[in-house]
Amino acid sequence: MTDSASRRDFLKGAGAAAAVSTLPLSMVKLAFADPAQDFTFAYISDSHIQHIKGNEFVRNWDRGLIRAVAETNLLRPKPDFVMFGGDLAQLGTKEELDHGAELLAKLDYKPRMVMGEHDYYLDLGEYWSKLFGDQYYSFDHKGVHFVVLNSILTFDEWTHERWPTPEQRMLEMAALDNPNGSPFMVGEKQREWLRKDLEKVDKETPLVVFSHSPIQKIYKGWNFWTDDAEEVQALLKPFDKTTVVYGHVHQIQYNQIGNIAFHAVMATAWPWPYPQSYAQADQHLPVLTVPMNRADPFFERDATGWQFIDMSTGRVAMDYNLYNNTNRRVAFNAAKGHPEDMAFQDPARRIAPQVHY
Amino acid sequence: MSKKLLVVAGGIIAVAAMVTGLGVRADEFTKEDVDRYQDEFMSVVEKGRALWGSPDLGTNGVACGQCHPNAANTHPETYPKFQKQLGRVVAFREMVNWCLQNPLEGQPLGLDDPDLVAMEAYATWERRGVELAPGKH
Ligand code: HEC
Ligand SMILES: [Fe+2]
Ligand SMILES: [Fe+2]
Repeated sequence: MTDSASRRDFLKGAGAAAAVSTLPLSMVKLAFADPAQDFTFAYISDSHIQHIKGNEFVRNWDRGLIRAVAETNLLRPKPDFVMFGGDLAQLGTKEELDHGAELLAKLDYKPRMVMGEHDYYLDLGEYWSKLFGDQYYSFDHKGVHFVVLNSILTFDEWTHERWPTPEQRMLEMAALDNPNGSPFMVGEKQREWLRKDLEKVDKETPLVVFSHSPIQKIYKGWNFWTDDAEEVQALLKPFDKTTVVYGHVHQIQYNQIGNIAFHAVMATAWPWPYPQSYAQADQHLPVLTVPMNRADPFFERDATGWQFIDMSTGRVAMDYNLYNNTNRRVAFNAAKGHPEDMAFQDPARRIAPQVHY
Repeated sequence: MSKKLLVVAGGIIAVAAMVTGLGVRADEFTKEDVDRYQDEFMSVVEKGRALWGSPDLGTNGVACGQCHPNAANTHPETYPKFQKQLGRVVAFREMVNWCLQNPLEGQPLGLDDPDLVAMEAYATWERRGVELAPGKH
């Protein structure tokens, strides 16, 4: 007890000290409409809090989230709100969700939550909803309409009929490369809710959608995929400025499909390989994406981190705060009509660690 | 002395050949043989895949597959190679053991442990078709 308390305090201190030199303390303000409407928010995701036994949790994953929370609290200017992008837990247990909630409670903000498959498939989101509320909802903030989707649903048969126990169902969905898994989807019921929700919104209003899985199809084998992505995209299409922010992939990705910009966020727990590094995969990483650096396993926080998002253009400008690496900034380029990396987009400026194989 | 030994050895081979039949040649394997070798190999690959997904390999419940789906990002075709942090050229199995001891907080396996061989077999199978690139970082 004393042990874990003092360890936590130390880590908080260590995280804070490291943060001072790396946070984007001076934001580049772009001249847009009404500066009073400018705002930022923080995005933390994929912490995968994993229970061992008793009050023991995997230390490595705990540390990733503790650090994100400590650094987010240091942000100046203060963000208007904080999002958590899903996969708070590893196997969806009460212990994991409680412990994750306890670590998130150290935030100076009450985070808005997105459902991940690791939170869901044990009890189909029941305990998560008790702690955090609705699984899909929308809200408005300073002229931007935000929508949160539960995009990790799947076929009823897979969910309700196939597995002898909820524990097995959770394990089958938790293993990323498991051929017994099932593709994610938003589903008809939620799409109908989304259609109605968007009906009331002026088409010039900037729209930001938060989902756990990408609302685009990248690689089905690891569920870097949402099966009804095209149907959801069709609902977002009438809006001039639309952005989808998603977790799940534990890596830098960004893309532009029609008028919809896509941005993925990092995990605080661990990075994932790009699908192109699986030799047997038929994958479609967006060509726009300049990958994150290959991770160095000798630094356990390498290629993990969290995001600071500037909304002053009504579009996402995303600072990736990378714990053991040079930070990255990916922002919407209005002239080109797509997101781009502020340092590395030009192929001539790419560096060797960005090559994954 | 040594000549005598050779004569004796030759005699034994000749006798063995007579007993097992003159048609047998060590290098004449059949399609059935090859199928059996492949099946043996694939059963070890399957065992390796299970180990990559096992929460019981280390001590903290973490599985290799959590960070390496389909054993991706392990690049068996690049070994042996220099690992900066270990300061020398290492075998693939040594990096398996490194990850086993660190993210999995487990004990290293002996370098000829059948489990370690199985894990290498699985990672290599998932990399089939990729050109050998010894030493490549
Ligand atoms: C916390 C995440 C994590 C876990 C769990 C993990 N690894 Fe790793 N491992 C990494 C990362 C990151 C790398 C570096 C990958 C690269 O070089 O691109 C790596 C590298 C390796 C390498 C060397 C790869 C190379 O390119 O040289 C091997 C082999 C390896 N891991 C095997 C394993 C095995 C086997 C396990 C389970 C015992 C395991 N790993 C568990 C994160 C992990
Ligand atoms: Fe995740
Ligand atoms: Fe996920």
